[in-house]
Amino acid sequence: MFWTVTQSLLSGLATTFQIFILTLVFALPLGLLFAFASMSKWKPLRFLMQIIVWVVRGTPLMLQLIIIFYGPGLWLGQNIWSGGEAGRLSATVVAFSFNYACYFSVIFRGGIESVPAGQREAGQVLGMTRSQIFFKVTLLQMIKRVVPPMSNEIITLVKDTSLARIIAAYELTFAGYSFMKSDGLTWPLFYTGVFYLLFVGILTLLFNYIERKLDYFK
Amino acid sequence: MAILEVNNIEKHFGSTKVLEDVSFSLEEGSALAIIGSSGSGKTTLLRCLNFLEMPDGGTISVRGEKLFDASASVSEWEKDLRKKRLHFGMVFQSFNLFPQYTALENVTLAEKLLAQERPDYKQRKKEIFEEIEKHGRDLLSQMGLSERTGHYPHQLSGGQQQRVAIARALALKPDILCFDEPTSALDPELTGEVLKVIRGLAEQKTTMIIVTHEMAFARDVADRIIFMDGGVIVEQGAARDVIDNPREERTRQFLTRYTEG
Repeated sequence: MFWTVTQSLLSGLATTFQIFILTLVFALPLGLLFAFASMSKWKPLRFLMQIIVWVVRGTPLMLQLIIIFYGPGLWLGQNIWSGGEAGRLSATVVAFSFNYACYFSVIFRGGIESVPAGQREAGQVLGMTRSQIFFKVTLLQMIKRVVPPMSNEIITLVKDTSLARIIAAYELTFAGYSFMKSDGLTWPLFYTGVFYLLFVGILTLLFNYIERKLDYFK
Repeated sequence: MAILEVNNIEKHFGSTKVLEDVSFSLEEGSALAIIGSSGSGKTTLLRCLNFLEMPDGGTISVRGEKLFDASASVSEWEKDLRKKRLHFGMVFQSFNLFPQYTALENVTLAEKLLAQERPDYKQRKKEIFEEIEKHGRDLLSQMGLSERTGHYPHQLSGGQQQRVAIARALALKPDILCFDEPTSALDPELTGEVLKVIRGLAEQKTTMIIVTHEMAFARDVADRIIFMDGGVIVEQGAARDVIDNPREERTRQFLTRYTEG
């Protein structure tokens, strides 16, 4: 039985891991884009960003996921998500990416704004372009400042992947829970917890490593 | 002909007039000190020259080329803004070194980025970078920092950081080097080393504008002095005359406060 449970959990972990990685791949650049939009000189864009962030942060991710997965089918009369596990996974990644991009954007904006104006001015008087100033001067200082809050968000993301269960995506928590439903076993639930702990443990080590790597400047 | 001509510069923030009808010129190879109490507009004037602020009126010309004309459009101002800025170098009060780069990298970064625009960049990248790094090392050793090229800003004292900042400003060979209260953020025992470097630059006939509160230094090093108060130039003249025999009552009062304080 232990072997069967392990196999199921590993297969659930694969889905969890895919949601996690794909969400980061899309949400990190999108979050940066949202951060720039929320600092735009053009007021309507700033206002629009505020509304989006308010709505996305103000409603449950689970609700957003349900709407994104079932909504198109009910409104358009045909499902835009391909059937089966792939469709569920795509809908999950879309909902998660958008949701997390909003949270990331606030952290990124804080990071960019915390870099002193003198840094940008020093770049300007040295004849650098705006993009040179951002990539060569601001970016690394911003990254250093956002690593601690980002590590919080990213660890939360690991556990939020379990919300995908609501649209029947076969992720880690679903896998563990299914043994309770079918066989009345509770120990797979604890075993599932161990998987999450290991996942988060590895991430914590990674974040510590990044923080140490960026410790060379102040 | 003067290297820098500033005519009738005006600047206001909202309804507050910060600069009013400021005009002066600067000869190549000479040093100009700007003195005055806080809020007199000295720093804003330097920021206008470096195009960190856009003046609301007046003109700025370098070597006869009009870099700024308030009667032209904003897009005219923004055109080639980067190139215009390169006529001026700027040393900030709070150094503003890039913390993630070593002293040498701070000095060479802008030059390396500019080199990308050279037509022979791709073929000669390695040689160009070697030249730039040699130039950077030379500048740092001129600042007495040849032992500190690989240090990060937080590993350097304030005086050392400011000398790196001076080397960084010199790296792009500006026509005019501006200092915005270069020693105001330093502990008293560290101001000497920075002033000595600036004095050395004056002896080499570097064209400079120095905003400073160090009156004795301004008198000794500058050729000319401008005294500003309330956004206007109250008095300008040869350095010794302004400090030793001010013509205006306001200048006299300011200097008395300084020698007493």
